[in-house]
Amino acid sequence: MNLAEATRGIAVSTSLDIEKIRADFPILDLKIDGKPLVYLDNAASSQMPQPVIDRLVRYQTTQHANINRAVHYLSETATMEYQKARCKLQQFINAREDREVIFTSGTTDAINLVMQGYGRKFIQADDEIILTTLEHHSNIVPWQMLAQEKGAKIRVVPINDAGELDIEAYKKLFNERTKFASLIHVSNALGTINPIKEMIAYAHQQGVPVLVDGAQAAPHIPIDVQDLGCDFYAFSAHKLCGPTGIGILYGKAQHLESMQPFKGGGDMIASVTFEKTTYAAIPHKFEAGTPPIAAAIGFGAAIDYLSAIGIDQIAAYENELLAYATEQFNCVPGVNIIGTATHKAAVLSFTIDGIHPHDIGTILNHDGVAVRTGHHCAQPVMQRYNVPATSRASFAFYNKKTEIDTLITGIKTVQKVFL
Amino acid sequence: MQTNSLYQEVILDHNRKPRNYGTLEHASHHAVGHNPLCGDRLDIALQLEHDLINAISFHGESCAICKASASMMTTAVKGKTRVDAEALIDEFRDMATGKMDLNDPHHLGRLTVFSGIRDLPTRVKCAILPWHTLHAALNSMTSVSTETDDEPTQAITGNHT
Repeated sequence: MNLAEATRGIAVSTSLDIEKIRADFPILDLKIDGKPLVYLDNAASSQMPQPVIDRLVRYQTTQHANINRAVHYLSETATMEYQKARCKLQQFINAREDREVIFTSGTTDAINLVMQGYGRKFIQADDEIILTTLEHHSNIVPWQMLAQEKGAKIRVVPINDAGELDIEAYKKLFNERTKFASLIHVSNALGTINPIKEMIAYAHQQGVPVLVDGAQAAPHIPIDVQDLGCDFYAFSAHKLCGPTGIGILYGKAQHLESMQPFKGGGDMIASVTFEKTTYAAIPHKFEAGTPPIAAAIGFGAAIDYLSAIGIDQIAAYENELLAYATEQFNCVPGVNIIGTATHKAAVLSFTIDGIHPHDIGTILNHDGVAVRTGHHCAQPVMQRYNVPATSRASFAFYNKKTEIDTLITGIKTVQKVFL
Repeated sequence: MQTNSLYQEVILDHNRKPRNYGTLEHASHHAVGHNPLCGDRLDIALQLEHDLINAISFHGESCAICKASASMMTTAVKGKTRVDAEALIDEFRDMATGKMDLNDPHHLGRLTVFSGIRDLPTRVKCAILPWHTLHAALNSMTSVSTETDDEPTQAITGNHT
């Protein structure tokens, strides 16, 4: 693949004013060790633009009260704003109804909700659950817990050397015992974009429902849950320029209605006596207790911000950054890119011959460059490549090519230190 | 905070050419240290005779800070009594976690090249892992050696997913 050509092709289609966008992110003005911050850890958490910060401040200074309770002005305002945020999320993923969007504390919480509410009810001994090698620990551990409790089995889709799923092997995993598939949309460790629509369609042909872990996909790919056909879709706000502690679970209404609530408490009931509790309708059935109201409203503001720029525009520009970075990396001897899938999000995992990722991360930090080092909560991926850890640069739409140049210079410095 | 000052020549040298690297025959004590944060793993074996560390070796997979710390540790404690080694472990921990004023009397000598680690909390564990593991190995003398065969003592730093 001619990356330079691809880059030029995409460059024509992107028209983002990056300097104007960067001005929205106050944290990008930080200096680290006297050097301008080069923030390339966006796959772990993205930064928050001023309009989202302002929205949080406005909520907290003029709109805050508990929701779904009192009849006074503030409670009604907060309830309405919280509900508006849900509707923004509904539109963002094109869900059929707003009640199909449940606020959770994040992707991990959303997956655990499905494991507890759907898995514990419908998965029995000897049933099988399909996962992939690319899963984040948050989409492995809950299913292992369930498998141990029920005596169910986990089946894993392998990957090739490029980090792409073996789709033929995936199809062969299905049998009459297969009851659920929980699949990552975009790999956080390698950036691989999986052919999720095709995978969902195949699972449905076999009568198997699918949860999609979209934590890394939602920031980079327009998500249309009706087009995908998925049964569940989960992602977090903090990878979408929103606050931490909030995310959503999308679920088809008929699934959500059939599920047991995961947490009991206030706000999730229709009526309570000491003999019996009747649960509220969805989505409230799954939102026990006072939710992070400010965070949910901030999430809505982040969705507004990203939608105004356009996820398509963001994706095109990030592809341009990825192509440029890939080309630059390939010019540095001793640097190896881990994960070379044809379809990739703007994630570049790499190793440097003879140098431990933690040493790389510390020395890059000296140049103001923030990358992730470690196993990225995806130890099975590390095991597949026989490395304990990698360094990972992940790009957002506010990054610039000159920042990639700083990264490359930093990598050369690392190599010089360890010469 | 000058992070590059951490990678001084003495540390880089011990990383390139680690001392006492390998396995030890007839070890009386050993322990395995593990840092789940980065998958680092360190085996430390030593031979204790009349409470004196006669021989010590280490091997494993780790970052430069951890490897250099292990290498310099082995040269520092070889020939020392168990009590002196334990005292040095305490001093090193206090230095790495910023609890020690280096102007106060101490026995760290060249090990003070690691003092800059106190400004990098995520890397403190890398430098301390060998010392933590040595402590586990030394303590297996009373608690493990008579009861079990060669079940290594686990020393774990970090707690990360």
